[in-house]
Amino acid sequence: MSSLALKDLSKLPVRLASGHRLCAGCPESIIARQILMGTEKEVVVSCATGCFEVSTTIFPFTSWNTPYIHTAFGNGAATCAGVETAYQSLKRQGKIKEDIRFVAFAGDGATYDIGLQALSGAMERGHHMLFVCLNNEAYMNTGIQRSSATAMGASTTTSWAGSVMPGKKEFPKDMTMIMAAHGIPYVAQAAPHAWRDMIAKSQKAFEINGPAFINAIAPCPRGWRFASDQTVEISRLAAETCIWPLYEVENGTDYKLSAESQRIADGKLEKKPITDWINSQGRFSHLKEERWAPVVEKMQAEVDRKWDSLLKLCKL
Amino acid sequence: MSKDIAINGDAAVALAWKQVDPDVCAAYPITPQTIIVEKFAEYVSNGEVSTEFVCVESEHSALTLCVTSASAGARTFTATASQGLAYMWEMMPIAASMRVPMIMAVANRAVSGPININNDHGDVMSARDCGWVTLFAENVQEAYDISVIAPRICEHHDVQLPGLVNLDGFILTHAIERMTPLDEKTVKDYVGEYKPLYPLLDVKKPVSHNLMDGPLFYFPHKYQTVLAMENALEVTREAFRDFEKVSGRKYNVVEEYKCDDADCIAIVLGSSFGTMKEAVDQLRSEGKKVGVAMPRLFRPWPVADLAKLMKGKKTVIVMDRHLSIGSYGPMFPEVVAAALENDDMPKMYNFIYGLGGVDTMVSDFVSVFNDAESGNAKRVNYVGVKE
Repeated sequence: MSSLALKDLSKLPVRLASGHRLCAGCPESIIARQILMGTEKEVVVSCATGCFEVSTTIFPFTSWNTPYIHTAFGNGAATCAGVETAYQSLKRQGKIKEDIRFVAFAGDGATYDIGLQALSGAMERGHHMLFVCLNNEAYMNTGIQRSSATAMGASTTTSWAGSVMPGKKEFPKDMTMIMAAHGIPYVAQAAPHAWRDMIAKSQKAFEINGPAFINAIAPCPRGWRFASDQTVEISRLAAETCIWPLYEVENGTDYKLSAESQRIADGKLEKKPITDWINSQGRFSHLKEERWAPVVEKMQAEVDRKWDSLLKLCKL
Repeated sequence: MSKDIAINGDAAVALAWKQVDPDVCAAYPITPQTIIVEKFAEYVSNGEVSTEFVCVESEHSALTLCVTSASAGARTFTATASQGLAYMWEMMPIAASMRVPMIMAVANRAVSGPININNDHGDVMSARDCGWVTLFAENVQEAYDISVIAPRICEHHDVQLPGLVNLDGFILTHAIERMTPLDEKTVKDYVGEYKPLYPLLDVKKPVSHNLMDGPLFYFPHKYQTVLAMENALEVTREAFRDFEKVSGRKYNVVEEYKCDDADCIAIVLGSSFGTMKEAVDQLRSEGKKVGVAMPRLFRPWPVADLAKLMKGKKTVIVMDRHLSIGSYGPMFPEVVAAALENDDMPKMYNFIYGLGGVDTMVSDFVSVFNDAESGNAKRVNYVGVKE
């Protein structure tokens, strides 16, 4: 199935049941359901330790209506890769008949930081699996500590906005580009407001013959300090400000924009200023103070620099 | 029955693996385990096994892949040593709690620091509380044999626990010895087909593996592992009995040498069991009633067998090839606890020896017996170290 029509999507099996314990307004279940709409085939889901894992599998309950496995925090990719390896072996030996797909969900800590080595290894080895980063830009499960995905200027519980520090001092690592540099068949950046774009990317990722990586921004009402009914709007703003461009990279070289990012590049949509982004979230509220104006300027300059660089990669 | 071959311990383990032909093997190189995976990779390259072989980027991923592969429903093996096992440690209790019957060979090597590549039992001893069935080999033949036996024990549905096959680094891994392998069909028939319980890849019956437990469930779940480990004792005896039928080689959960009429016995693990037999023979020729024993099965700890062994003995020596710094050697308190099952306690002494590959010779073990019997021993003694 490659239809993106709502009437077709609505007929797909529900693999993540409602009744899980994610916070109100959390986009992780939204993203997971969009990703899982990307295939009609059987899917095995794995999770690294984190919000999504603890909220969907508190014994004796599970929200998963499809095979699910978790082992630890820093090994999300290896956890999925082991199941996929077993599948390859048993399938080759004729002990399994079904056509099965594999997806790993991990937070940004379990992708950018502690899980990077296992992820890089799994991608290099070419396991047929999709790794999805639920990127809420900090260690939310342990209480909003900074990660290497945390935005510059964000106040977290380990990078407080204080009298001498404007929140996190460093720009986030560009994990999507790092994965593209692995030269794997499919890498994409996505956002849950652009559901059609997310599902299309997931469909591609599940059908390519090899490893795939999708970095999905996951606006966190608790950690980013915004009202829980604003999740989808914040996601949209991430694309509109070019903080989080929506694009895909095939085989490490073929870059292509999509959704709002394509429209901005085409001049059909206005690129919004970083101040719109900053003003929408409490984690940046200190940046409204005059003394942190240079930080805001630096953030805007970095967004512009990266956006221009991405346009070049997309040959635009 | 195949004819005898000359082979080192690592290659003997690889040969056993080839004959079992696991579905998946994921491993990372570390001295002195390397020959196992190199040799096995050769079997893979030549199409002699149907195994999916994965060269992972770390030991943490090696064990992770093995745990989830076994959870998925595949018979899965790996091997490591020392720092590799240390790096795997996070996954060791998870493997046991997920009840995956995977097998890991450990080429026993000292743990850093200082860095040292030679033999002691620092690696496996630091994993002893994790819930893995743990077996020790005295020589190359036994390294091969217990590699064949281990899956039979661990995959038994009353057990369903991961298993460690220990062979002393270099002393066994790299030493070429004469060995009698079994033929492949005998091995395959003995080990049998892997029948996983609730495999993840049974997609028609979706299950969730390794959920989060609150205090209400964590302890009871741990207790289930305790029961599984208790079951492993009888399952091991049965596996040994069946192995004897196909190989003619008899194994016991506690191996004894001249212990029956001995006044003083030593308890030791691994290749030193062989060296100590020589020491026992020497002392016996001088008329001294000594003996030596090896718990082939270290987990589950064979309390009843050890208590029976120690009953009526005047002196028991515990040889530890590892330190629990600030306490005794790791095996000593466990042997003392087993002795508590008897009415009378023997005199008990702990000797720490051979750390970081220090050669411990027959003469050293003769001195150990003499010191213990003459009353010159302290409670804890460090063999060959100037105190």
